[in-house]
Amino acid sequence: MRPIATTRSATGIPTGRLAVWWVIASEIVIFGGLLASYLMHRLGHPEFGGPEYAGATNTWIGAFNTFVLLTSSFAAVKAHEAAQAGDGPTAAKRLLYTAFGGLTFLCVKGYEWTHEISEGYVITKNAFWSFYYVAAGIHASHVVGGMIIMLILYGDVKKNKELQRVELIGNYWHFVDLIWIFLFPLLYIAK
Amino acid sequence: MATPIHEHHGEGDHGAHAHDDHHHDPGFVQKYLWSTDHKMIAMQYLFTGMFMAMIGGFMAYVFRVHLAFPGVHVPGFGQVNPAEYNSLVTNHGTIMIFWVAMPVLIAALGNFLIPLMIGCDDMVFPRLNRLSYQIFLLSAIVLIAGFFVEGGAFGGAWTSYPPLSAKAQYNMTPLGAPIWLVAVALEFIAFLLGGINFVTTAMNSRAPGMKMFDMPIVIWMIVIASILFMASVGPLFAGAIMLFFDQTVGTGFFDPNQGGDPILWQHLFWFFGHPEVYVVLLPALGVVAEVITVFSRKKLFGYRTVLFTSFATGLLSFFVWAHHQFIAGIDPRMANVFTVTTVLISVPIAEMMFVYIATLYGGSIRLTTPMLWALSFLIAFIVGGVTGIFLGASGADIYFHDTYFVLAHFHYTFVPIAILAVFCAVTYWYPKMFGRMMNETLGKIHFWGTFVPFNGIFIPLFMLGLGGQHRRIWSYENFPELARPEYYHLRQFASISLIIMLACQFIFIFNFFWSLKNGKVAGKNPWNANTLEWTTESPPPHGNWKELPTCYRGPYEYSVPGRESDFWPQDQKS
Amino acid sequence: MGTLIERYLPAASTYATDIDGVIALVAIIVGFWGVLAEVVLFGLVIAFREKPGVKAQYITGEQKSEMKWIAYPHHLVLLCDVLVIVAAVRVWYNVKQDLPPADSTVRVIAQQWAWTFVDPGPDNKLDTPDDIAINDELHLEVNRTYHYKLESRDVLHSFSIPVFRLKQDAIPGRVITGWFEPTKTGTWDIQCTEMCGIGHGLMPARVVIESADGHAAWLASHRSAAVAAIAPGAAAGAK
Repeated sequence: MRPIATTRSATGIPTGRLAVWWVIASEIVIFGGLLASYLMHRLGHPEFGGPEYAGATNTWIGAFNTFVLLTSSFAAVKAHEAAQAGDGPTAAKRLLYTAFGGLTFLCVKGYEWTHEISEGYVITKNAFWSFYYVAAGIHASHVVGGMIIMLILYGDVKKNKELQRVELIGNYWHFVDLIWIFLFPLLYIAK
Repeated sequence: MATPIHEHHGEGDHGAHAHDDHHHDPGFVQKYLWSTDHKMIAMQYLFTGMFMAMIGGFMAYVFRVHLAFPGVHVPGFGQVNPAEYNSLVTNHGTIMIFWVAMPVLIAALGNFLIPLMIGCDDMVFPRLNRLSYQIFLLSAIVLIAGFFVEGGAFGGAWTSYPPLSAKAQYNMTPLGAPIWLVAVALEFIAFLLGGINFVTTAMNSRAPGMKMFDMPIVIWMIVIASILFMASVGPLFAGAIMLFFDQTVGTGFFDPNQGGDPILWQHLFWFFGHPEVYVVLLPALGVVAEVITVFSRKKLFGYRTVLFTSFATGLLSFFVWAHHQFIAGIDPRMANVFTVTTVLISVPIAEMMFVYIATLYGGSIRLTTPMLWALSFLIAFIVGGVTGIFLGASGADIYFHDTYFVLAHFHYTFVPIAILAVFCAVTYWYPKMFGRMMNETLGKIHFWGTFVPFNGIFIPLFMLGLGGQHRRIWSYENFPELARPEYYHLRQFASISLIIMLACQFIFIFNFFWSLKNGKVAGKNPWNANTLEWTTESPPPHGNWKELPTCYRGPYEYSVPGRESDFWPQDQKS
Repeated sequence: MGTLIERYLPAASTYATDIDGVIALVAIIVGFWGVLAEVVLFGLVIAFREKPGVKAQYITGEQKSEMKWIAYPHHLVLLCDVLVIVAAVRVWYNVKQDLPPADSTVRVIAQQWAWTFVDPGPDNKLDTPDDIAINDELHLEVNRTYHYKLESRDVLHSFSIPVFRLKQDAIPGRVITGWFEPTKTGTWDIQCTEMCGIGHGLMPARVVIESADGHAAWLASHRSAAVAAIAPGAAAGAK
């Protein structure tokens, strides 16, 4: 039983879109604060680029994961295209591809972290690794959240219902991708 | 592009019928505990906030009696030891800001008023609204749980600076510290989620004809406050995650021995902490605007000025934070930048004070209970505001930092915000919420019994601060200058004033509950006000109106020349 | 007007009177505005009380003639703010940015929950065997310019001497340098002014300021103890 309030749009912008932008804005501030803190630490600790710190991250794995996320964002764009054309089943399928990209990302990360932890690069090793796991971990939790939402939407979208939500989850997913675009150079390239 | 507007052809918005109540009567649980109705959720926040206020007030009673009479067995508590003292002051502050001021001013008032004042039937996302409250309730439960764990509740001050807050070996509350932190983080999540509803509803669900500048100021203020909160809390939320890991896993984000920096936390905290005070101030100012216009029968002086100064204050509030850290060990040159910004932020706030005072000019002022509260807000907030200048001026702050002068300053701002403006709002909207009038005589006694003793508490504390008394100290017996009899007299005067003030709150509690059944029936618009909430029943039915209103003008068209009546409701065509 | 704080505590350092001066200036300025605002507020409430048959005026506050009542005070506030800022920054610079050459340097070590003050001893050099380390009493000579080197062993603390009007937070892992010059002899409180745990209120200390002779006598009385130099690390276990 949707209230009339939900159906109005005095600004002309759909309410769902406003809500997702709000969520994204609040996440930008959270990640922004985290990354700014990391940057301040980095500037004050030049040794963070060294072999026991950022030097030990695997740039190739990081680059591969970046490629995976970019590709999955592309799938999200194609899903939106299908939704706009009114083609629910195609949009739903492409949402699955997007989610699959997320899954790949997480599996690679799982492998990466297992390897690093077994080498002794644990969260308490030094401040760089503390940031590494916390930042990438929070990011990964957002990947998981996005995937869950996509799976929830899948059912409705396949039946051509609530198609406008494909754009909304797509926006969210692009944001998650964007955060990674910032993390990748900070954690993997700056050595 | 399919938009939500076209989804439900059957019940599209004709500006007419609210969704009908064709479903069965809800049971107790559905109505009171599991509701998605914004008015019920507002009540949940209101009652939770008032309950937490009693806990926070009790804490103040305990530590103030102890401070006035060191070593005494405080009735209802016992003797206060140093660890308990620290937990009491820490949780008093934490509770009053996060579990009283914010839920009542933003969540309760926002939930109750936004749909009613903009003329729609509920918030845009009612189930998300319900979830927001539930997370908020959980956060309160978690916080209180901290008092029952081994080691006791966190006692490292509401600012929770590491390394003290990060390592149990320092704070000695190994469970209490992370519990406190989780409670605060949950509260942040609850308000981030709540903000989604406040902002999208106010932006999108306005009645036909209601332009942005026709919205009552209180709605604007709640929206701006939500935006300020969202834009400032993020870094602290990240910091809280980092602190939590320091506490539980042994990372060293804030530990110099592990390459971390305690000052980082301070920046993250105050980057939020300063805008936060405006997060709670703006809704309070909004409430005061509604009440002074109604009870002086006057248009608000310079609606746009009020808006622009609010935006300016909000924006500037992001550039002042390090005035809390002048002597913290930041680069001394930075302090100069922050002195400039901090002292300058007094300009838009002063302007707002002038505008509110100017609204009274030429009015026809009725000193009802809500109006007394509104005026008392201005009287006290002016004192709070001007005493802030002493602290924003870095050279002076070297002396005043961490003294009771700071404490008296922020109580002269926070008490108007969290107490005076809240009573203003409750006594003003009570008729709409419950359909009855509160007793006016009891209301006035309660007002004087609160406002006068409030000054009796904090004027002595200003003096103690001038005299060098520092904060968060369990006992001044060890400091010969501070153990002088004249200082004890000031402390006792303050504590006795507090006891009187707390005792008078029972008058309010009695009045509140007695009037629910015995107050005069209120009718739709007992105050002859213009805003849309007064055009429906008291209390409003589910769906708020049988027919949703249309808006024809701004909210403050009082005493319009040439009109017989001195008010002009927004939904009246002519 | 320097009596605002001096009626409670003497001003015992060279910059204490400067700080009191800024405080007095702010007091005059905000006192003016505060009183003015309150008087106008009360006056309007009284003047415009509800009277039978008298209707309120319709004033939008958006006309130029109306807005000037806000604009002029607004600009005046801005001017007052500039005065305050200039005065505050000058004092701040003198206390916190400037570092006049030191006659002596003392080390101040904060910990949970005690102070350790290290006097450089007769050779006037820190970290030599004749240093004198004392818990909870800081002995100074009047009219002598001191640098302090402030440290913490554990959490944040803050070094505060109200009669100097001085305050500086102590951060573990850092040494913070500041200065003061006592101008009066006497004994007064030293406070810790940053929440540091259960014993935050239980680490009082005293500053003892003496004449040159008095201070020399104190130094001499500690000579024997000074030789058995107490290293800062030794006090770490004391709680």
